[in-house]
Amino acid sequence: MKNKLPAFPYIVWMVAFIVVPLFLVVYFAFTSEEGGFTLDNLVKISQYTPIFVKSINLAIIATLICFVLAYPIAYILSRSTERYQRTMILLVMLPMWMNFLLRTYGWMTLLENEGLINKFLGLLHIGPFQMINTAGAVVLGMVYNYLPFMILPLYSVMAKIDQSMIEAAQDLGCNAVKVIIKVLMPLSLPGIITGVTMVFVPSVSTFVISRMLGGGQNMLIGDLIEQQFIGSTYNPYVGSAMSLILMVIMLVIMGIMSSFDDDEMEGLVI
Amino acid sequence: MSEKLLDLKNITLSYDGEKILDRINLYVRDKEFITLLGPSGCGKTTTLRIIGGFAFPDEGDVFFEGKRINDLPAYKRPINTVFQRYALFPHLNVYDNVAFGLKVKKLDKKEIDKRVRQMLVLVNLKGFEKRRVSKLSGGQQQRVAIARALVNHPKILLLDEPLGALDLKLRKEMQLELKNIQQQLGITFIYVTHDQEEALTMSDTIVVMKDGEIQQIGTPQDVYNEPKNAFVADFIGESNIFDATMICDGRVEINGVEFDCVDNGFGKDSSVDVVIRPEDIDILPAGASDLTGTVKSVIFKGVHYEITVVCNGLEWLIQTTRSAEEGSEVSLSFTPDNVHVMKRIFEGFSSKIKGRVTAENEVSFLGVTFTREGLSLPEDTEVLLTIPPKSIEVVSEDHSDLIVYLESMVYKGAYNEMIVWAKDEEEEYRSLLVHSMNDEQIATDIGIKFRFDDIMIAPAELPGQKGAEREE
Repeated sequence: MKNKLPAFPYIVWMVAFIVVPLFLVVYFAFTSEEGGFTLDNLVKISQYTPIFVKSINLAIIATLICFVLAYPIAYILSRSTERYQRTMILLVMLPMWMNFLLRTYGWMTLLENEGLINKFLGLLHIGPFQMINTAGAVVLGMVYNYLPFMILPLYSVMAKIDQSMIEAAQDLGCNAVKVIIKVLMPLSLPGIITGVTMVFVPSVSTFVISRMLGGGQNMLIGDLIEQQFIGSTYNPYVGSAMSLILMVIMLVIMGIMSSFDDDEMEGLVI
Repeated sequence: MSEKLLDLKNITLSYDGEKILDRINLYVRDKEFITLLGPSGCGKTTTLRIIGGFAFPDEGDVFFEGKRINDLPAYKRPINTVFQRYALFPHLNVYDNVAFGLKVKKLDKKEIDKRVRQMLVLVNLKGFEKRRVSKLSGGQQQRVAIARALVNHPKILLLDEPLGALDLKLRKEMQLELKNIQQQLGITFIYVTHDQEEALTMSDTIVVMKDGEIQQIGTPQDVYNEPKNAFVADFIGESNIFDATMICDGRVEINGVEFDCVDNGFGKDSSVDVVIRPEDIDILPAGASDLTGTVKSVIFKGVHYEITVVCNGLEWLIQTTRSAEEGSEVSLSFTPDNVHVMKRIFEGFSSKIKGRVTAENEVSFLGVTFTREGLSLPEDTEVLLTIPPKSIEVVSEDHSDLIVYLESMVYKGAYNEMIVWAKDEEEEYRSLLVHSMNDEQIATDIGIKFRFDDIMIAPAELPGQKGAEREE
């Protein structure tokens, strides 16, 4: 098909709402309040380095936990009967149909000092524990909200792996652990990369989860950027610079990730 | 040959309440090329999976070199498999696929390299080391799969229809190559196929299977020349199979004509099946033998002609280098040792089924009810019904009296002899004999319709009569 006309509406959309805003972000990042070119905005960000490090750390931890939880379940799902698969996928997606804010509020009432969990533990004469407003609560919120985005791509790749691949590995002397390392992992790599991307990217830039579950002590990049635009420290120039840096960080990380996924994998679909 | 390398004892396996394997007993000798042969669904692949450690029997034992290995997982068995669709690892190249098993066993790098390269030479894939497996042709993938299994020096190599995806010419080449490799390496091969020619070409021993049961075990010559029953005769090569009656030892009657044979021990006047291979029949000028008929069709097959002759109401298939004119009269001749008498799978020539008188002049059997005027039996009497095979008609399922499972079908010269299974009130399978001109797919459900007037009814207590049950 040489006819590119049907792509036209999207191209207009893309230019208007993706390309132009992107240029604006870059423009503002290098512009001073007086309107001249400057690198000050980028230099100013260096004072926020701990927040950047913390954001990336928490996002990596959340991604790892999601992966560890999702990988076995995705495998088990892909090997079970079709009916069971459909039901389970529905259950995995079910929380996503609930409003994101509501889900996170739910965790607030559970984790609060006077919340349900502490009340229950109180009955057993344990605690109370400080759970809300900790880094742990933020990670929990990320894992809870983004876990389906890890399970689904892993599952869809694994469902395509023929059972005979696993049997062939066993046949050639692999025990369960070696089957996973030598065959299952390499064959499910595209799913792993998609899953990691889909959990890491929203986790590293979230501000709702950290605001609601992390309190004031657990500010992340997302919160910082938000403050530059509607918060007390109004400064869209610095905000744009922060967004730009975050974008570059993500691009670098995704680049590293997908370098694992070179052309070796194209034979997967046979 | 040496002692038993592998021994399967009473292997039974059910899946979803359906028996896949029913008391399989089979041993395999060292360095033997043994083939499991049968139509799809006969349990041959399941047997292979049990040997490989991918399926586990409900009952029975698997012995390897005298040790019970029922619970030994696949990765610990000295057995390797060539899978049906090769199951090569797409993320590895040819070399790494072949080296996979040796790397898992953490062999010395130099040793791995030596063995992999030797094996690639053996399967004619030298120079393909760095190729991606997805870029190979079917035949080449096949060779990689064989090399990947053989490089581990297994005691037994299992091959699950390995040539199924190849075209005819390549398949023939690979058959010979596989046989060569087997003899060269002296490894026991257990081969699964539904292709009888392949089995005859390659095997030392053929195991013919049907419905999870072994029908016959023997050398290719045994299985071809002395088939145990009509199923084996029909499955292995083309053949003339007829209903017959044993007059006495050495004398058999086919459709009213008597012939000499060399078989005995079937009992006087017993019903049997007879098989005569088409290449064992010769065509003579009309009148030269007792068996004269009309040529129905002549097909040139290259080396021979395939001629169909209608004699004494039956179609006879003949393969001969001599041609004949269509429509002309010819006589057929064969020697007594070419007449192979076999035990019938279905005892007798008519189905005998238990029924019950449910009301006045009304009889019910297998959930089917019919009326018979003048039946002077009291209600609730048990009766024995004799149902001639010609009184059953194969019809589409929505016009049928009963839906049954078509268990086997063999052409008997004038009709297809079908054995079908129907469930009775106690959920037990009863078999019925059907003669039909229809060709149906075996192992599927078909509809049948009875001509009730032809069914004979007798009180069940008559001595000497026996309900037709499936032969165990």
